[in-house]
Amino acid sequence: MSLDAKTVTRIARLARIGLEPGEVDSLGKDMGSIIDWVEQLNEVDVTDVPPMIGTGLATPRLREDRVTDGNRRDDVLSNAPDREGPFYTVPKVVE
Amino acid sequence: MSGMHDFTLASARDALKARKISAVELTNAHLDAIERLDGRLNSFITRTPDQARVAAKAADDILAKGEGGALTGIPLGIKDLFCTNGVRTTAASKILGNFVPPYESTVTSNLLRDGAVFLGKLNLDEFAMGSANLNSAFGPVENPWKRNGSDAKLVPGGSSGGSAAAVAAGLVLGATGTDTGGSIRQPAAFTGIAGIKPTYGRCSRFGTIAFASSLDQAGPMARNLQDCAILLESMAGFDERDSTSVNTPVPNYEAALTRGVKGLRVGIPKEYHAPGMPAEIEALWQQGINWLKAAGAEVVEVSLPHTKYGLPTYYIAALAEASSNLARYDGVRFGERVKGDSLDALYEATRAAGFGEEVKRRILIGTHVLSSGYYDAYYLRAQKVRTLIQRDFLNAFEKVDFLLTPTAPSSAFAQDEKPTDPVQMYLNDIFTVPASMAGVPALSVPAGLDAQGVPLGLQLIGKFFDEETLIAAGHVIEQAASFTHRPAIHAGVSA
Repeated sequence: MSLDAKTVTRIARLARIGLEPGEVDSLGKDMGSIIDWVEQLNEVDVTDVPPMIGTGLATPRLREDRVTDGNRRDDVLSNAPDREGPFYTVPKVVE
Repeated sequence: MSGMHDFTLASARDALKARKISAVELTNAHLDAIERLDGRLNSFITRTPDQARVAAKAADDILAKGEGGALTGIPLGIKDLFCTNGVRTTAASKILGNFVPPYESTVTSNLLRDGAVFLGKLNLDEFAMGSANLNSAFGPVENPWKRNGSDAKLVPGGSSGGSAAAVAAGLVLGATGTDTGGSIRQPAAFTGIAGIKPTYGRCSRFGTIAFASSLDQAGPMARNLQDCAILLESMAGFDERDSTSVNTPVPNYEAALTRGVKGLRVGIPKEYHAPGMPAEIEALWQQGINWLKAAGAEVVEVSLPHTKYGLPTYYIAALAEASSNLARYDGVRFGERVKGDSLDALYEATRAAGFGEEVKRRILIGTHVLSSGYYDAYYLRAQKVRTLIQRDFLNAFEKVDFLLTPTAPSSAFAQDEKPTDPVQMYLNDIFTVPASMAGVPALSVPAGLDAQGVPLGLQLIGKFFDEETLIAAGHVIEQAASFTHRPAIHAGVSA
């Protein structure tokens, strides 16, 4: 079943992806068919099955709390699409 | 110069060490092949010939002293998903079109430590999302193989399609790939080369642009398993900077090559007889079983009952993770920016212009399955089914040492035969996804050609951190298949 325009628009808003009006219908159709297809997981009995979070192969580890990297401001900023001195710029957020 | 294109990685290494050839001439021969053939194949996004020549010269100086690492002077290609210090890294996306990382991924640092010479960055599906390398902002990659009597452009598979095509055409001696649901194994099968997806945690993910972090795993792609083994030994290893990296010693994979399969038990999962699978793939699978049996393995039928749920589970888990991972591309700190009147307008315009169609679709589905009211129904349920899929493998490995299956349900298809329904496209990964979900290692080896003269691969799936058994069993298949065919477009063929 196709996802309706309202749902697609709401999801796109959550994902911060701007959509052209012409894209909404075809995306709704594609997304609907993928969602219908994954619905087959409802057949599986998952009673008392724990969710798998990663593969569980690596053991969580602690390390000493010390600085291991840093003082690389210019490297960090080197890919900024727009900056003023040592700052990233964005449109005005607070009036 | 044509002899330069007959080397495998291993034989080139030996010739370099014996000073029969120089690293500079080997690199130049490969750069020349790229120049000749890659205008057509489009396997590279960024070529780095000047850096390669400098690195090759340095390799010769080291070799002249009788020193050097496992890969000194070996020309490789790097999937453009690995960050390379000072060299543009795009993930085949417009949104990272100008991104130049100020650091090196762990996998590529390991290869450089061992002396490899990088020829450039290889094409892929945008953010590694695709099975045909048709979703690249830098254009599709052409498979160097042709169907008999046809000039139709075939896809190289995906997402590591540039890596696969470059290796198959002899433009590089080996390449890095990444595999989230089959992105090393399926393109390897489509282009008649070998590729290994190691155990999750074997190769560091540090500096590899993330798609689905609980699945992404780097691995080698090369013309045969000996070459893959040499590359894997360099790429693998514990890394403090990846919290999922596993601290276990890296074995000598190359030494495992000739161990054989005598006395081992190979499992044949009955659920992998997919409906509608071409008879010649079934026949090749049976041939593989016979080869292993002849080499002394015992064949056991096993059941992986949740196989059919692998793909839908994958598309929930992977897309949920992708929607979260790709949230960082917002036009503020790096990448392309499209201006907007407000911060939200800037985000929306940047992401609308920067992401391709398939990436947008996947982010939206991932956002949907994680959104309020749907999380339990989709995401949590998928995580539980994933547990069942992993248990299937662990149960099977109580009875057998490894599994044998086909790698993909078809051979390479033509660029214009791409299915219009996204679900049809996803079915390409039906045999590769379950091992990814479980985190176990798997590889693909070329095992034959179909009736149209296009390669087919067989997949081996193993126990956690038992890549060695897979390499040994894969080598048995390689030797029995004696796959020496070359694609129509190859560096050693004068056009």
